[in-house]
Amino acid sequence: MEAIRVNNITKSYENINALSNVSFSINQTEIFGLIGPDGAGKTTLIRILTSLILPDEGNAYILNLDLKKDYKQIRKIIGYMPQRFSLYMDLSVEENLQFYAEIFGVSIKDNYYLIEPIYKQIEPYKERKAGKLSGGMKQKLALSCALIHRPKFLLLDEPTTGVDAISRIEFWEMLKNYQNEGITILVSTPYMDEALQCNRLAFIKEGKILTVASPSEILNNYPFNIYDIKNENTYQTIEYFKKIIPDAIINRFGQSLHCSTQLSFDEIIQATDINNILIEKIEPTIEDCFLWISQQQ
Amino acid sequence: MRTLLFLIQKEFLQIFRNKMMLPIIFGVPIIQLLILVNAATYEIKNIKVGIIDYDKSTLSQKFIMKIQGSHYFILTNNYLSTIEGISAIDNNSIKALIVIPKYFERDVLLNRNPIKIQLLNDAINSVNAAITYSYFQQLFNSFIKEEINKNSIEQPDNINIIPRFRFNVDFDYKKYMVPGVLVMLITVISFVLGALNIVREKEVGTIEQINVTPIKKYEFIIGKLFPFWIIALLEFTIGLTLGKLVYNIPIVGSIPLLYMVAGVYLIILLSLGLFISTIVDTQQQATLLAFFFLMIFILLSGLFTSLESMPKWILLVNKINPLAYFIQTIRMILLKGSGFWDILPNFIAIVVLAILSMSLAILRVRKTD
Repeated sequence: MEAIRVNNITKSYENINALSNVSFSINQTEIFGLIGPDGAGKTTLIRILTSLILPDEGNAYILNLDLKKDYKQIRKIIGYMPQRFSLYMDLSVEENLQFYAEIFGVSIKDNYYLIEPIYKQIEPYKERKAGKLSGGMKQKLALSCALIHRPKFLLLDEPTTGVDAISRIEFWEMLKNYQNEGITILVSTPYMDEALQCNRLAFIKEGKILTVASPSEILNNYPFNIYDIKNENTYQTIEYFKKIIPDAIINRFGQSLHCSTQLSFDEIIQATDINNILIEKIEPTIEDCFLWISQQQ
Repeated sequence: MRTLLFLIQKEFLQIFRNKMMLPIIFGVPIIQLLILVNAATYEIKNIKVGIIDYDKSTLSQKFIMKIQGSHYFILTNNYLSTIEGISAIDNNSIKALIVIPKYFERDVLLNRNPIKIQLLNDAINSVNAAITYSYFQQLFNSFIKEEINKNSIEQPDNINIIPRFRFNVDFDYKKYMVPGVLVMLITVISFVLGALNIVREKEVGTIEQINVTPIKKYEFIIGKLFPFWIIALLEFTIGLTLGKLVYNIPIVGSIPLLYMVAGVYLIILLSLGLFISTIVDTQQQATLLAFFFLMIFILLSGLFTSLESMPKWILLVNKINPLAYFIQTIRMILLKGSGFWDILPNFIAIVVLAILSMSLAILRVRKTD
């Protein structure tokens, strides 16, 4: 069932188009990922959906509420965790949580079960001021505060940016629990590997939605064979393969390079005549798909 | 309504948590009250004067001794020529030069009108110069009168004005100054606290989280305003107590009336402060803007200068200057004991300004850009 509907949202700042004609929908209790590089328009889109900024054109419907007309009701049913830590640094962990529970008119006790898995990890530090917490703990507190009024729609703007690898994995595990609680989640991230954790995702680049699909659909629809090629001199190898397979898509991936082509493994081995090279056929990653989709536009 | 209580509670929590804030809010104004009232004096003592005596008579010596005897003047030097005396004014070693002309004694004894004496006055500070002049004139007139009366049998038919200073019988400037300084202090504190508050939430980013909550605009503004309102009234109380204990200022009028006016007045200043806070992006901008308005409010208010001597258009500007109404009303209540009906026109103006400024602040709060 459709929970959120975004219709042709356009937003520009002075001469820069932050979002152009963005449309998609999010299903009930879905974890919907917004994946894209820095400056793609993720934050602008999320801030529009939280009613913090108005779109120039277009509109959105959140659980049948009109974003432009019913924003007052919308503010009661959404939970928002901004990219930048936005709780009161000079109040303690407990005071922050208490304050946000109070202004939404709920008691911590009633909704404690909801935040328990996260909050109990920071509860030993509940007397500590929020400003004195570590990055991971701040993030847990922010999520607790965004959830304490039991929102129906949770918006998380790059919640894992600047958080260590283990905490990131934990974080996604927790998000899946909220799905089971009937909360619809929109989460943005610049990390491609996190995209696989979403039910569906939207690739966003330069203010445009490139594709909306589930991670498996995206991976399965990758039209090429893909080879991981390792060699001492990556730069020369890129130039070399560009020459011998002119229509291949070649991208650097850390120490190796990914070469996408219609050629089979045997054909590519035959075509290659340099030494000291390791060629391996691999499954496409979500990053390969993103690069291919964004290069197609 | 409950939301408002929680907002106020949170605001108080933050104020008391800030270790520097309370000493600044309460300590600084008290120190200022103790210092400023003594500094902002219109009384002038110990004016350095020089003398040139061209007459060199018994009478001129007597006059010089009279000058020396007064606590207003300090006679620093006798000069031989006017040029020498003027150069002493130039290099700031004296503030005024008294020139006693030749035949001074003769003119006085023969009662030749007009009796002339010259006062060369350094008017860099025009207020000081005017006061020097008037002190000197009083001194000179009384001296001449004494001398003439001594020598002539007939009583000159002098017209004397005997002043009576009502409501401040001994013409004590402190009674005038303490209420002024007190008003200035609570004005500055409330205005600046207001101006720095919301913008701080913007700078730190907490406004982002607040704006997506169902808090209403008026709740937000009142939640910010109320804690500072209490603090400013507390400050007013401390100042008033100090004024009574240290300077013994009279509190003739009704204290509840005083608090009623102060309470409404503070709403104006806090709302204007919060309004500034909503339109700027950084605390730096807020501070500069707040000081710009404070300077205008204070200097136009008649706190230190006389309203009557200002040009008409400034008096028009003062129609929207809350400080002008407040300072006048406070002095009326404290010194004159004016009642509710006496201050009603001012009070109405203050109420109107309070409603306007609060509406301005509430309307300007943006939860959505």
